[in-house]
Amino acid sequence: MSKEPVAVVGVGQTKHVAARRDVSIAGLVREAAQRALVDAELAWSDIDAVVIGKAPDFFEGVMMPELYLADALGAVGKPMLRVHTAGSVGGSTALVAANLVAARVHGTVLTLAFEKQSESNAMWGLSLPIPFQQPLLAGAGGFFAPHVRAYMRRSGAPDTIGSLVAYKDRRNALKNPCAHLHEHDITLEKVQASPMLWDPIRYSETCPSSDGACAMVLTDRAGAARAPRPPAWLLGGAMRSEPTLFAGKDFVSPQAGKDCAADVYRQAGIADPRRDIDAVEMYVPFSWYEPMWLENLGFAAEGEGWKLTESGVTELDGDLPVNMSGGVLSANPIGASGMIRFAEAALQVRGQAGEHQVDGARKVLGHAYGGGSQFFSMWLVGAQPPES
Amino acid sequence: MTSEGAPAAREIAVIAFAQTDHRRSTEESSEVEMLMPVLHEVLAQTGLRAADIGFTCSGSSDYLAGRAFSFTLALDGVGAWPPISESHVEMDGAWALYEAWTKLLTGDADTALVYSYGKSSPGSVRDVLTRQLDPYYVAPLWPDSIALAALQAQALIDAGHTDEPALAAVGARNRADATANPHAQLKGRLPHGDYVVRPLRTGDCPPVGDGAAAVILAAGERARELCERPAWIRGIDHRIEAHALGVRDLADSPSTRLAAQKAGAFERPVDMAELHAPFTAQEVILRRALRLGDDVRVNPSGGALAANPVMAAGLVRIGEAAARIHRGDSGRALAHATSGPCLQQNLVAVLEGDPR
Repeated sequence: MSKEPVAVVGVGQTKHVAARRDVSIAGLVREAAQRALVDAELAWSDIDAVVIGKAPDFFEGVMMPELYLADALGAVGKPMLRVHTAGSVGGSTALVAANLVAARVHGTVLTLAFEKQSESNAMWGLSLPIPFQQPLLAGAGGFFAPHVRAYMRRSGAPDTIGSLVAYKDRRNALKNPCAHLHEHDITLEKVQASPMLWDPIRYSETCPSSDGACAMVLTDRAGAARAPRPPAWLLGGAMRSEPTLFAGKDFVSPQAGKDCAADVYRQAGIADPRRDIDAVEMYVPFSWYEPMWLENLGFAAEGEGWKLTESGVTELDGDLPVNMSGGVLSANPIGASGMIRFAEAALQVRGQAGEHQVDGARKVLGHAYGGGSQFFSMWLVGAQPPES
Repeated sequence: MTSEGAPAAREIAVIAFAQTDHRRSTEESSEVEMLMPVLHEVLAQTGLRAADIGFTCSGSSDYLAGRAFSFTLALDGVGAWPPISESHVEMDGAWALYEAWTKLLTGDADTALVYSYGKSSPGSVRDVLTRQLDPYYVAPLWPDSIALAALQAQALIDAGHTDEPALAAVGARNRADATANPHAQLKGRLPHGDYVVRPLRTGDCPPVGDGAAAVILAAGERARELCERPAWIRGIDHRIEAHALGVRDLADSPSTRLAAQKAGAFERPVDMAELHAPFTAQEVILRRALRLGDDVRVNPSGGALAANPVMAAGLVRIGEAAARIHRGDSGRALAHATSGPCLQQNLVAVLEGDPR
C-alpha cells in the first residue's frame, strides 16, 4: 500500500491582531488563502478541494461557517470539508487535507484555519454550562493551572521557568511580522512583575486573543516538481484522542500525546527526537507547557524538560529552538493556532522563515493540542522527500 | 493538476450500520447516553471492540447542543482508552464517513468507526439553522429553514417541474414506506396538513427529532472477514455551491449532479436510492439531478421526511442503502447527503454488493 508523498508548496498568514475591523470573516480567510496561492504561484483554478478548520462556531456566532465561506475560498463546484477538533483543529485540518493528497483523491488541496475572536467573545463561547457536567471555570487558564502546579511539584522545577519561556517567545515574536504581540520593551523583570492570574500563571505567561488565519497549499509529487520555491515534505503525521476526564488520566503528560508523537516518529524514522529533530513549533498557550510538552514529546526524560528551557537549549539560537515564531503566546487566533505551528514548521524547512529562520533546519515538528489535553495532532516536515 | 478519477487503489466497504429510534425529544438522556447503544450495536454486528478500530471519525454541530465543544464528551461513549486515532467534522456524519474513507485509502488503517448525532429538541431548529447564513447580510433577518425551503419549492413549481398535489404524493409515499422502518419518527397515513410557509404544508416538511447513527468501514479482505456481503463504496464525492440563494438556480442541484458524476453514479443504473431530502420538493430536484427513473426505488426507509436527526440524517442514508445491500435487497445503490440551505452542499456515494 503506497501513499502519495505530500508537499507543502504554499504558506500564507494574516498579520494576527486583536481585532480586524477592516475585514469580514470572508475577507480575513481570503487574505491568508491568497497569500498561500501567491507563495505557490498557483491560481484558484489549480485547487481541487478545500479543507477548513476552526474552533467552536460560537466564537464567531456562525453555525458551520464553511457554507458561507465557500465563495470566498473559491470552493464553489469543489469538495469542501470542515474539521473541528477543539484547540488541535488547525493541525487536524492540515492532516485531513494531507490525507486527500496521500490517498490520491486529489492532486492539490487548499487548507485553511482561522479565528476572528473579535466577532464574539471567546470567554462567553466557552462558558455555556449544562447540567451534570464540570464547567471550565474562569476560562482555559483556570483549567490548566492545577496541571502546571502538578508538573512543578512532580519535576521540582524552580518557579522561574515559566517566565523564561514567555520572555523567549515574546522576543522571538519581534522577528515575526505576523505575530500579534510585538512587545519591543519586553524584559524578564516585566514578565515576572506581571499580575498573577491563575497561580502560578502570570498575565505575561498567557496567550492573547487574536483575529487571524493561516493557509497552506498541499500537493503531490508532480505538483511539488512544479513548485517555484523549495517544498516542505510531510514525513509523518498523526492524531490521537483520549477522554477529557477520567481517573487514570495523566494531565501533566497525557498518554495520547506520547502515542501521537511515537506514531509520527515511527513514520518519519526518527530514533532519537532530541538528536534527529532540528526545531519545534509547539502549542504553548501558557508558558509552562513548553517544559511539559518537551517531556511528553520525548525531547527530555520525565522531570527534565525544564532543564532544557533553563539552559537556553530552546532559545532561537539554542540547540533545539522551540517556537521560533513567538508561538501561541504571541498570537492566538485559536482555530488557526495549530495550523500556524504546522505552517511555521514548513517555513523553517523551506528556508522561508525570514528573521526567525533557524539555520540548517532540515526536520521540524509542528504540534497542536486541544480540549482538556484531550486531542493531539502533529506533523514532522523535512527539506527532503520521504525515502519510500 | 488533479489525480481524481483514478481508480481507487483499495476496496472499501460499509460493513455495519446501526441507528437509534428517532424521536421528537430525548430530554431524559445526554448525547453520550443517546449514542452509546448505537456504538455498542454497530460494534456487536462485526464482533469488533473499540480498541480494534483503526480510525474513528464523527460528525455533529455545537449549535444544536447549544454549547461549545459538545463533541468532546462523545468520546466517553466510544471509550477512547487506550488513546485512539480520531477526528471530527462539524458536518453531517456522511462527511465524517468521507474523511474515514480517505484515511482507509492511504492504508494507515483497515477499519473505521464513523458516527454522528444530533439533538434538535433542546432548541428551535428552525431558528438555529438561520445561524448558518451569511452573518452580516442574511442571518440578521432570521430567514428560517422552512421559509428558505419554501422559496425553493416555489421556484420548482414556477419552473413547471412539480405542483402541490405531486409534492403531497411524495410526502405520502415516504411516510407509507416508513411503516416498515422501526426507527422512523413519522409513519403511516398523514394529512398533507395546513400551510407552514406557502407552498409548503406540514406534510412537505420533516419532523423535528433527535437521533444518532453509526457505521463501520473496512478495507479489502478485512471487510469480507467481518461481513457476509459488504457494501463496497464504488465511488464517493461531494461538492459545494455558492452560498447566496440569489446566485443559484434553486430549481436545480448542479453540485449533486457533479458529485454523482465523480462518484460514477451514471456509469450503470442503480436499483435503489436513499436521498437526503428533508422537504418534498427537494426529492423532486434530486431525482432530476441524479437522473433517477420511476423504476428506481427511492427512500424505502421513508427518508428524511420520516426521520430527520440533523447531522445524522445523511449518514443514515448511507447506512440504510448499505443495509439493503447487506441483506441482499439491492445490488447497486446510491446514497445522498445534503448540508446547508436549499441543498447547498451535496455528497453522493455509490454502493455495490458482490455479484451473486
